[in-house]
Amino acid sequence: MRWLISFVLLALVVGALGLWLTRPGTDGPEVLAGLTPDETHGETVFIAAGCASCHMAKGASGEGKLVLTGGQSFPSPFGTFKAPNISTSPQAGIGDWAAIDMWNALHHGTSPEGAHYYPALPYGAYIRMTPQDVVDLHAYMMTLPADETPSQAHDLSFPFSIRASVGAWKALFLRDDWVMTGDLDDQLLRGREIVEGLGHCAECHTPRNALGGLKTGSDWLTGAPNPAGRGTFPDLVELDWSEGELVEYFTSGFTPEFDSAGGHMALVVENLAALPVEDREAVAAYIAALPVE
Amino acid sequence: MVLTKSLTLGLAAAALMATSDIAVSQTDLPPAVSARKAQMHLYAFNLATLGGMAQEKIAYDADAASAAAGNLAKLSSLDASAMWVPGTDAATVAGSRALPALWDNMDDVITKAVALNEAATEMNAVAADGLDALKAAMGPLGAACGACHKAYREPE
Repeated sequence: MRWLISFVLLALVVGALGLWLTRPGTDGPEVLAGLTPDETHGETVFIAAGCASCHMAKGASGEGKLVLTGGQSFPSPFGTFKAPNISTSPQAGIGDWAAIDMWNALHHGTSPEGAHYYPALPYGAYIRMTPQDVVDLHAYMMTLPADETPSQAHDLSFPFSIRASVGAWKALFLRDDWVMTGDLDDQLLRGREIVEGLGHCAECHTPRNALGGLKTGSDWLTGAPNPAGRGTFPDLVELDWSEGELVEYFTSGFTPEFDSAGGHMALVVENLAALPVEDREAVAAYIAALPVE
Repeated sequence: MVLTKSLTLGLAAAALMATSDIAVSQTDLPPAVSARKAQMHLYAFNLATLGGMAQEKIAYDADAASAAAGNLAKLSSLDASAMWVPGTDAATVAGSRALPALWDNMDDVITKAVALNEAATEMNAVAADGLDALKAAMGPLGAACGACHKAYREPE
């Protein structure tokens, strides 16, 4: 009997230690101290990060894309994620967030209440955003309309329905270092900032391991099955389009065969087309430089 | 009646399937799906002329541009209602990438088809006016193709 009590106590201690070690991380406001928000640059960050593509109502267009009402579904092997309302409603959205709350969400996947966010919010990529990017993004998003639609709960299977499990995921996979390294020129650095950071391209175009972590090295951006079921996301290493053809695709949506972008990629193209042409060229240069070492 | 009329206006435009990389050979497809794909190939063939000029891969030629743009305008005004029969969606026919949602949102599909016909008509009106005019008309044309692919075509 005594050994059983000891065992249970030990299990509780180990469990508590594990939870403590993987508790949601945060930074204090000092990481953003002294930065002046620039709304115009914030809009560029907003577009490059594709916020609206997931957080607008399904099928929204034009000005409607700026109403971040949430509600789109994202099926995965772990269950279905529902994008939350991130409009400026203080009740239904994030209207009461300070810039540091946005920093902690995008860098640590931690809510203002100190809970883990699921990595369906691609903080595994956004972790590479600079403090200035986050301050500017926050300033811009606070100019967007409020919407009172309540966020819906995710529909996940056990044990992924336990938010604490995200702590273990972060301990295993959340890294802030760059994937493409070496002696990169300014254009490749900008391309890397968009592809690996803001644009979170790898979220769809890189295969994942059994626990949902992105593979790196020679697997980076080599394509992956669509978690929604049918179809696959293309392998960007094998893709033999020229940089000029890539820029054309990012601008008009036309492939070299004059097919056109479809599905979620059509939304990505709308975002890329709204960025300066130098940014589209930088992304093309990064893709042409694949594979990573 | 209104529906039939709208269909005539250019359901042809509801460009929904791949023009390449189809695992199933076209001869195995239901004739309606095969016909849709053929129409998409004709779009792509004519767009390649205009796009090649826009990207300055081939020299601008007003006559060739006009001919290609005229073909797009005609293609986008075909009555394609018989090609988009129910039961030919991606969930039912291997080799189709048309999402079932297309048949649940026919009003929206027709709106998008009409928009493509308008973009193609605009291209046809300006294609002979010089390279800059052609380039300017290319963006709306791409957006019109993409509008339907975004909503109603399954990713590869």
